[in-house]
Amino acid sequence: MPTVAPLDLEGHCVAAVFLNDVPHFALADGVIHRLENGQKTVQANDGLLAAFHDAANDRLITGGEDGKVFAVKAGGEVSELASAGRKWVTSVTAGPQGAIAHASGKTAFVRFADGKIKEFAHPRSVEGLAFSPKGMRFGVARYNGATLHFPAAEGKPVELEWAGAHTGITFSPDGAFLVTTMQENALHGWKLADGKHMRMSGYPGKVKSLSWSVKGKWLASSGAPAAIVWPFQAKDGPMGKAPLELGTRGTTMVTCVACHPSQDVVAIGYEDGMVIAARFADAKEVLLRRPGKGAITSMMWDKEERRIVFGSAAGDCGVIDITA
Amino acid sequence: MSDAQTQIPVTVLTGYLGAGKTTLLNRILSENHGKRYAVIVNEFGEIGIDNDLIVESDEEIYEMNNGCVCCTVRGDLIRVVEGLMKRPGRFDAIVVETTGLADPVPVAQTFFMDDDVRTKTKLDAVVALVDAKHLPLRLKDSKEAEDQIAFADVVVLNKTDLVTPEELEKVEATIRAINPAAKIHRTQRSGVALDEVLDRGAFDLSRALESDPHFLDAHDHDHDHDHDHHHHDHDGHDHHHHHASDIHDVTVKSVSLRGGEMDPKKFFPWIEKVTQMEGPNILRLKGIIALKGDEDRYVLQGVHMILEGDHQRAWKDGEKHESRLVFIGRDLDAERLRKSFEACQAA
Repeated sequence: MPTVAPLDLEGHCVAAVFLNDVPHFALADGVIHRLENGQKTVQANDGLLAAFHDAANDRLITGGEDGKVFAVKAGGEVSELASAGRKWVTSVTAGPQGAIAHASGKTAFVRFADGKIKEFAHPRSVEGLAFSPKGMRFGVARYNGATLHFPAAEGKPVELEWAGAHTGITFSPDGAFLVTTMQENALHGWKLADGKHMRMSGYPGKVKSLSWSVKGKWLASSGAPAAIVWPFQAKDGPMGKAPLELGTRGTTMVTCVACHPSQDVVAIGYEDGMVIAARFADAKEVLLRRPGKGAITSMMWDKEERRIVFGSAAGDCGVIDITA
Repeated sequence: MSDAQTQIPVTVLTGYLGAGKTTLLNRILSENHGKRYAVIVNEFGEIGIDNDLIVESDEEIYEMNNGCVCCTVRGDLIRVVEGLMKRPGRFDAIVVETTGLADPVPVAQTFFMDDDVRTKTKLDAVVALVDAKHLPLRLKDSKEAEDQIAFADVVVLNKTDLVTPEELEKVEATIRAINPAAKIHRTQRSGVALDEVLDRGAFDLSRALESDPHFLDAHDHDHDHDHDHHHHDHDGHDHHHHHASDIHDVTVKSVSLRGGEMDPKKFFPWIEKVTQMEGPNILRLKGIIALKGDEDRYVLQGVHMILEGDHQRAWKDGEKHESRLVFIGRDLDAERLRKSFEACQAA
C-alpha cells in the first residue's frame, strides 16, 4: 500500500520537486519549503508565479511578481539570475548548456550560463517558453501561434501560425514535435520537420498540465475528467488516432499529470486533491492519495521511481511512497 | 464550480486620458475605507503610490477561435488575475484601469468567458470617467469614448467646474442618450464617494437592478441633483427608445421595451435568437421579466452574445407584473425588437 507523508503549508503550491532527492515545495508567496531533516525554508521571489525544474542542473528556476528570476538548489541555495524590472516574470524555462529563459510582457530573455543575456522582442505577449532538447533553440507560445528562436546564432526566427491564443509550450523529448496549450480547450501541435498541424481538442476544460512519457512515446494532459494521453510513437504523431483516457472520474477534473520516468505509467492529480497512478497498457489504476483540500498543482517522481512529491492549490502537500 | 463566497469583485475603470482616472485610482489606493485593492494598470505612469499590488500589464486582446468576432477576451487579465489569485489573502477587490482608447468589452467578457477567471472573480461594475469639458470633442473623434459610456454601469461626469451649467446639461443629456441605464455622478477632481463606484454589484443578477432605482426608466428618471430634468413627453406608449439623431456624433442608441407578463416558451427562444443574431451590435442588455405563472422576478443581463439570467426574488404584493428590457448598441432595429418582444407576451 502506498503511504503519504503529508506536509500542510499555507498557500498555493506552484511547484513540488525533488532537488538532490529532497522534496521541495515552492509556494506562491515565494517561500521554498524542503523536507530535509525536518522542515526548512528559504525565500525566493516576492510573489512566485512560475517555476521550472531544470533536471540537467538539478535546480528549480523561478520567476515572479518582483520581476526577478532565481535558481534554487538543494540545500537552500538561492541565487538571482536575472531581473526584468517592475513587470512580472510570467514564464521561466531551462535548456541545454545551462541556459535559462524567462518572459516578461512582450519580451523573452535568454540567459546563457556565462551570464550573458539576450532579448527577443515580440509584437504580442510572450505566454509560454520551452527549450528544444536538442541544439540551442527555444519556442515561444504567443497569440496565433508559436515562434522558434535560435539564440546562439543570428538569423530570423521561425514562425508557426495557428489562429488562437497559445498559452503554454513543450517540445517532445526527441525534438520532433512542438505542442502548445491554448486559451481554447485544446492543444495544438506541429511536426517540426514539415510543419504539419496536429489538432488535439475535445477537452471540457483548459489544459494546464502536460507530461511526456518515457522516450516521448505518449503525451499525457489534464483538462478533462480523465488524463488524456496522446500517442506520439508514429511519425505523424497522434493524427488520426484516439487518445487513451485514464483514471476517468465523473465528478472532478484532472489538474495535473506526471509520467513515470521509465515505465508507461502516469500519476494523475485531480481537482479534489486525489492522486492515482494508471498504467497505459491496461488502464489499471492504483489509489495513491485520497482527496484533500485543494487541486493538485504539481507532481514529480524521484530518481529511484519510488516516491512522488505533490503540491496543491490549498497548500496540503506531501510525498507519496509507492513501495511502502 | 464557482463559489460566491470567495469570488473577488472586480471594478473596471474606463475613460479618456485626462478624464481623472489616476486621481480616482489614487483615492481608491490611499483613502481609509478599510479595504485593500489590487490595481491592474497599463502603465505605472503617474500613480504616485508605491504599492506591491499595482500590476502593470500590456493590453492583449485575444479573439476566441470559435468564429465569433465579438468573442474577445483580455489575455493579459487572465494571466494577471490568475497570478494574483494564487495569493488571495492580500486584497479584498481588484480594480482594472484601462487605457483611454481601450475597448471595455473584451475586459468585461474576460470575466464571463474564461472559466478560471470566472471561478475566482466576479465583475462588479464598469465605471466610465468622462471629462465634462472635452466629451463633445472626444465623441467627434473617437468611437471608443462613446463605447465606454455605452458600456458603463456608472458614469462619473468629472471636471464639472470647467463648464457652464448649460454645457453640463447638454453633456449629461448626451450621456443619457447613449446610455439611459447608467448611474451618473457629477463631480470635480474625481470627488465621487467611493461607495458609488466600488462594490456596486452591477453584474450581480440579484442586485443589479435593485441598486439603481431608475434603471430602465430613462424617460422618467429622478436625480438627486437640483437641475432641470429632461422630462420627455409621455405619449402613452409602453415602450421608449432614444434615437441618436438629435445629438451629433452619437452612433450608439438604446432601445427600452416594456410589456406585460411574458410567455416563457416564447420569450426565451426570442431572447436567445436576438442575442445570437444581434450579438455583435449589442453592447449591453439588462432586463426584468415577468414570466406568466412565475412567482419570481426574472432578471437578465448580457454583453454581446453572452446572456445571463436568473430568478431574483418574489414579486412584492401590489408590484406591477411588467417586463422591462433595455438594449444598448448600434444598428438596432427598435421597431422590430419592440414588435417581436411584444409578441412574446402571454395571452
